[in-house]
Amino acid sequence: MNTSFDIAVIGGGNAALCAAMTAAEAGARVIILEAAPKPYRGGNSRHTRNFRCMHSGPLGPLIESYCEDEYLDDLLKVTGGKTDEALARMVIRSSEECLPWMEEHGVRFQPSLSGTLSLARTNAFFLGGGKSLVNAYYRTAASLGVEVRYEAKVTHLEMEDDRVVGIDYTHGSETHRIAPKAVVVASGGFQADIDWLARAWGPAARNFLIRGTPYNRGEVLSDLLDQGIEQVGDPTQCHAVAIDGRAPKFDGGIVTRLDCVPFSIVVNKDGDRFYDEGEDVWPKRYAIWGRLVANEPDQVGFAIIDSKAIDLFMPSVFPPIKADTLEELAANLELPPEKLRATVEAFNAACGDTSGFMPTELDGVATNGLSPPKTNWARPISDPPFYGYSLKTGVTFTYLGLKVDETAQCSIGNRPVANLWAAGETMAGSILGQGYLAGFGMTIGTVFGRIAGREAAAFAN
Amino acid sequence: MQTELIQEARRQAEICNACRYCEGYCSVFPALHANRAFSDADITQLANLCHNCRGCYYACQYTAPHEFDLNLPKALAEVRQASWEDYAWPQPVARVFHKSGAALAVATILGFALIFAAIRALPEPTGQGFYAVMSHSAMVAIFLPAFLFPLMSLAVSLRRYWRAMGGGVVTVSAIKSAFGSAARMQNLSGGHGDGCNFEDEDRFSQARRHAHHAVMYGFVLCFLSTSSGTVLHYVFDMPAPYGFWSLPKLFGVPGGILMVIGALGLAGLKLQADPKLGDASAWGGEMGFNLLLFFVAATGLALYWLGASTAMPALLALHLGSVLAFFLLTPFTKMAHGFYRLAALMRDAER
Repeated sequence: MNTSFDIAVIGGGNAALCAAMTAAEAGARVIILEAAPKPYRGGNSRHTRNFRCMHSGPLGPLIESYCEDEYLDDLLKVTGGKTDEALARMVIRSSEECLPWMEEHGVRFQPSLSGTLSLARTNAFFLGGGKSLVNAYYRTAASLGVEVRYEAKVTHLEMEDDRVVGIDYTHGSETHRIAPKAVVVASGGFQADIDWLARAWGPAARNFLIRGTPYNRGEVLSDLLDQGIEQVGDPTQCHAVAIDGRAPKFDGGIVTRLDCVPFSIVVNKDGDRFYDEGEDVWPKRYAIWGRLVANEPDQVGFAIIDSKAIDLFMPSVFPPIKADTLEELAANLELPPEKLRATVEAFNAACGDTSGFMPTELDGVATNGLSPPKTNWARPISDPPFYGYSLKTGVTFTYLGLKVDETAQCSIGNRPVANLWAAGETMAGSILGQGYLAGFGMTIGTVFGRIAGREAAAFAN
Repeated sequence: MQTELIQEARRQAEICNACRYCEGYCSVFPALHANRAFSDADITQLANLCHNCRGCYYACQYTAPHEFDLNLPKALAEVRQASWEDYAWPQPVARVFHKSGAALAVATILGFALIFAAIRALPEPTGQGFYAVMSHSAMVAIFLPAFLFPLMSLAVSLRRYWRAMGGGVVTVSAIKSAFGSAARMQNLSGGHGDGCNFEDEDRFSQARRHAHHAVMYGFVLCFLSTSSGTVLHYVFDMPAPYGFWSLPKLFGVPGGILMVIGALGLAGLKLQADPKLGDASAWGGEMGFNLLLFFVAATGLALYWLGASTAMPALLALHLGSVLAFFLLTPFTKMAHGFYRLAALMRDAER
């Protein structure tokens, strides 16, 4: 085994692999230290499905064009302006040249998936999803001579002055130290460390589900922040969406999403409604529902629909709880039956003319005199059988990260760390202060992974 | 149908339907995503559309050790295998041969024995070449029923399948679509044209597609060889043996070579592939069938090279014996997959 490496890449997802391949192509000897075992390699990238890409004309699977300003506008809308515009523009501009690069490195795209036609112009979908992208990159990395160590948990980066002089990691029961010339950190956020999440958010976070990998525990992030590496992003915040309450604690991924909310009423465990379910189309609202549910007792909600609505949304991985009466449904969902009936009856009484009901657009079919109102798609819940889904808060990623400049370099005090770069989720807070734009995480990871690989290789060579 | 196999495939299909990442790989996923709920027939149809390219398995974020434990290629392979046995006629024969390479070997040896016995028992023929060993009329008497019986059996099976799948009148465009897909093995292309995942985990390769092409087109050429011989014999009164520059040989020799290469290729790939991604219980039957294909083609070629030698009569018996076993067992071995696959592709084209 070669024990002398120019570059160590910590992490094994999209950004790590982009950095490793780029550095290896520049002639560097590269090792990837991936905390997960091989079947779970790839971090949250294995759950992703697309790459948001600027393009001035048709490009690969993408139709028409998607220019820099429109892309930036889309980003600013979700971040509410909490965005480093210079870095964001750099990422957006670079995304166009990334797509052919990704294809050259083994990624294959497919037309927009059924149910996602709204993204056909802006997002390029990976054939087979993120795990197939990860697989292709590992194949390419191996052909470039990159060495990969799975189940290699980095415990400490030894700093001396303005540089990293050693990396400690464990592999099984053994501990190792390597001293590469340069280091790229691409090991994600800390959302899988529930204790950390609970310290940051509050005890409610113990009831959250983690949508992605259980291996993003933030060990490297905390080790570096403790040593004074510049940080970015709100340490108390995470990106969370409302998902099926029966999802596994970790790694439930895409199939746990639940698209029924706009056609439902959502009650808390006391049987009370708490927010306008019809405020906007679901792709624009699923993220706020993660927070809304997190603020309710026991961090749980229940979406209630009737037989009119059951076919209006993508099938969920878990079948709904079904009952012929509201009381029976309430009993099955462990809700107070009389209260649920009262809430549904009050809602039904507030529904008006439903002839304009249009499931695919804001139809203005609203309640009258109800608080909170339902401002679209408000139809009485009256046709049995009735269906119910439980909702919980599903955490996607955390915002706290390493602050980087446009060369992906980390800093300490006011000066750069000479041989430390960061890419992917672990530095995405430098660009994305809040909110999320579909497919933008993979864009940040690809763009900054390549920059970090290039810079680290230039330093090491 | 074994309900637990269907139920397991249904459980997995429901997870796939909530994910949809694999939509571009093959025909299975667009067909799957068109449903919200899956009847037994839906699952059986999906199973027969699946070509076991395994792209979806290696791309799947929910394979073991994930608790969802998806292995769609295996789940569909097991349903597919069970459906062939269920729709077969006579069913007990299919239950024996689909999964047992040993039973196939025994049947082939019985085929040899029958041909040897026929050669011994029948009066000395007066023909030339192969017909000096066994007369043309004796061959026809043995092989015509051996050819017609499987066709009849398959017709019964496919009718059962088509009805169970709710198929209506077959349209020309559905036939064209199904044969077009099979001719290119489009469902082994991976959607991107890089091929499938089979012999080396998640690496895409054309090896299995090309090996299958070799067997399939080799078989078609050999079939054309026999057919052209029949036409020459009956229409033009030109009995065998034929020289190299004759239609039977020009079809048969390249066809035999392709089948030999393809069957060896498929067997080799099967040895490298992970048996846990298919119906492991059918491995022996599939491998046995592969070797039978190889044996049929190899003895046919050997007959061409050694047709004038003293080994010819014995080789002829071996070749005819293996062909006999191959024909008779067509509805009850992996050979049946081609017919079901075409039916499934036609049904899908009508969707």
